[in-house]
Amino acid sequence: MQKVNKLQPFFENLVFEREDNHMIVNFGPQHPSSHGQLRLILELDGEMVVKATPDIGYLHRGMEKMAENMIYNEFLPTTDRMDYIAATSNNYGFALAVEKLLDIEVPRRAKVIRMMLLELNRITSHLFWLACHALDIGAMTIFLYTFREREYAIDLIEDYCGARLTHSSIRIGGVPLDLPKDWIEKLQAFVDRLPADIADYEGLLDQNRIWKMRLEGVGVVTPEMAQDWGCSGPMLRGSGIAWDIRKEEPYELYDEVEFDVPVSTTCDSYGRYKLHMEEMRQSLRILKQLMPMYAQTTPEIMAHAPQYISAPKEQIMTQNYALMQHFVLVTQGMRPPVGEVYVATESPKGELGFYINSQGDPYPYRLKLRTPSFFHTAFLQELLPGHYLADVVAIIGNSNIVFGEIDR
Amino acid sequence: MMRAYQDKNNVQKKPYYTDRFWVAPQIPKDDVESDEVFASDVKALKENFEIGEAYIQRGQLVVYINAKNNVKVLKFVKEKLQYNILSEHSAIDWLAKRGEFEIFYQLLSTCKKKRMRIKCFIKEKETLKSVTSIYKSADWAEREMYDMFGVIISGHHYMKRLLMPDDWFDYPLRKTYPLQGDEAAQWYEIDKIFGKEYRDVIGPEQRDSARIDPSDTHNFAHIKHEVPFGAKPSDKEVFTDYQEEGGVTIIRKLKKEDAKILKGRP
Repeated sequence: MQKVNKLQPFFENLVFEREDNHMIVNFGPQHPSSHGQLRLILELDGEMVVKATPDIGYLHRGMEKMAENMIYNEFLPTTDRMDYIAATSNNYGFALAVEKLLDIEVPRRAKVIRMMLLELNRITSHLFWLACHALDIGAMTIFLYTFREREYAIDLIEDYCGARLTHSSIRIGGVPLDLPKDWIEKLQAFVDRLPADIADYEGLLDQNRIWKMRLEGVGVVTPEMAQDWGCSGPMLRGSGIAWDIRKEEPYELYDEVEFDVPVSTTCDSYGRYKLHMEEMRQSLRILKQLMPMYAQTTPEIMAHAPQYISAPKEQIMTQNYALMQHFVLVTQGMRPPVGEVYVATESPKGELGFYINSQGDPYPYRLKLRTPSFFHTAFLQELLPGHYLADVVAIIGNSNIVFGEIDR
Repeated sequence: MMRAYQDKNNVQKKPYYTDRFWVAPQIPKDDVESDEVFASDVKALKENFEIGEAYIQRGQLVVYINAKNNVKVLKFVKEKLQYNILSEHSAIDWLAKRGEFEIFYQLLSTCKKKRMRIKCFIKEKETLKSVTSIYKSADWAEREMYDMFGVIISGHHYMKRLLMPDDWFDYPLRKTYPLQGDEAAQWYEIDKIFGKEYRDVIGPEQRDSARIDPSDTHNFAHIKHEVPFGAKPSDKEVFTDYQEEGGVTIIRKLKKEDAKILKGRP
């Protein structure tokens, strides 16, 4: 072992003399296809991975600690920084967990708007995933096309909340704004346009020889492995288990809309690619059903729970008591009942869970963020051995991990 | 003058106002018998193990067990009760109040479509048996728990800090962990990297990320008082030539007739 010295580098993983012919390669943290700051210590036998040890923590910001020292509303914008590819899904997961804790009911219009945003986020996330995954494999073209379509979806979100990446577009108890004028028409145009684009991507990739060679039979996740390692979302459905939280434990109005849960039984990366494509189509199907539902709703967008949630702006500006209550809620924060909840939602990456332990204070006593990518990254240590070094990049790209939510 | 009293056992942020007469309401704990599936689960558990309190809160079963039985109970729960996925596993710090950690295992059964939370308590220096032989997803969850709380796990194949550096002192999610570093912390990196003798040369570490230093012209520009990069700041007002007379700062002269306004994205 080398002695640690102040100014000389410390080669902790370089082993110069070994009896076998294995080589240890340090992959990342600064690697373009490590999708953030993933460091993998790979033990190679020739080009075959024998052992993989993922190392994380390069983006650790201590979000759980931050949450314990913030009032509930203050923490909401921080959740944007978890899965920053689909920020609204994190906002929503947190808002829903707090609503479950408070036991409040959100108005129907807010539910419709939330679902529209969630499905738009799912589409942007899947488009981004396809772009980066294909780019890692070497298909540059697809990156440019998917980023164009993603831009249209982001434009819609920007029209709604003003932000493109860190949306904070959901509040505890509802949504902050109603849809702007002409937004539904724009959404309709987007929904009409995307199926042809998805067909284009599939035209470029489905029968592409390189794409198939790189993905078919690579990263095979058996159902037992997926359950054992706590996989969720496309990783779980990619191994033949039809588990979608939107379907099985419906929240919002997911029990009122029709959609299918695509499942892949091939268990490999190619199957998961087809699954993502199908999920985008299902999201569009949900969006199509939501547009007429929106027209039938009444204009309330925030829940009525004066103890926990500020009154609408008009009331605050005209009524003394509403203003007083708003002041207390902003300066001190709401005081939820004592107890605990664990609420899981289906984010684009998988099961996003918020565990909140409240002791009746304005700050949560403990908040645990259960993020899908964390468990998918842990899974790499079993998934990677037996593959070639070149497949490592394909598998990381395919497992759709985002470091904001792994390190938190 | 007396120093204000500070509770060393909990240095987290506290609400600045608390009503003396405020009694926080409780989330109701429903009877286990109100749900058929949970009732039979608890019955099966009671027949085989020593079970503490069991109730349903917000639709999920919560069962308290003895920490010594954790591996046996989880094995039973996975194999006999079909809770096939361990979605989350972590700890809650009750060291100040009760001198112990509360450990929870958040389980999911995809065939029964039910979620259950198994909980147990361990004292600070006690070891908890690893459940990685039953659920592999506990692998990193246990490492994170050790990293953040210092819960000691036995039987884990690679027990090493996960998020924090290996040489990190203390456990960040404990309530005793300070929110900001003290006097010594601001010199830590300088001492470690350069040596104590460089303290005067470099100065203390700046830890306020929102700090604006008007005298620092390497990193900040003072609008209307711009100076060349690195030069001394000046009080004199400067008007650069791109400045429109009486217009908005920093915007070039804009001619409306030259501008092209797009209706939407092409």
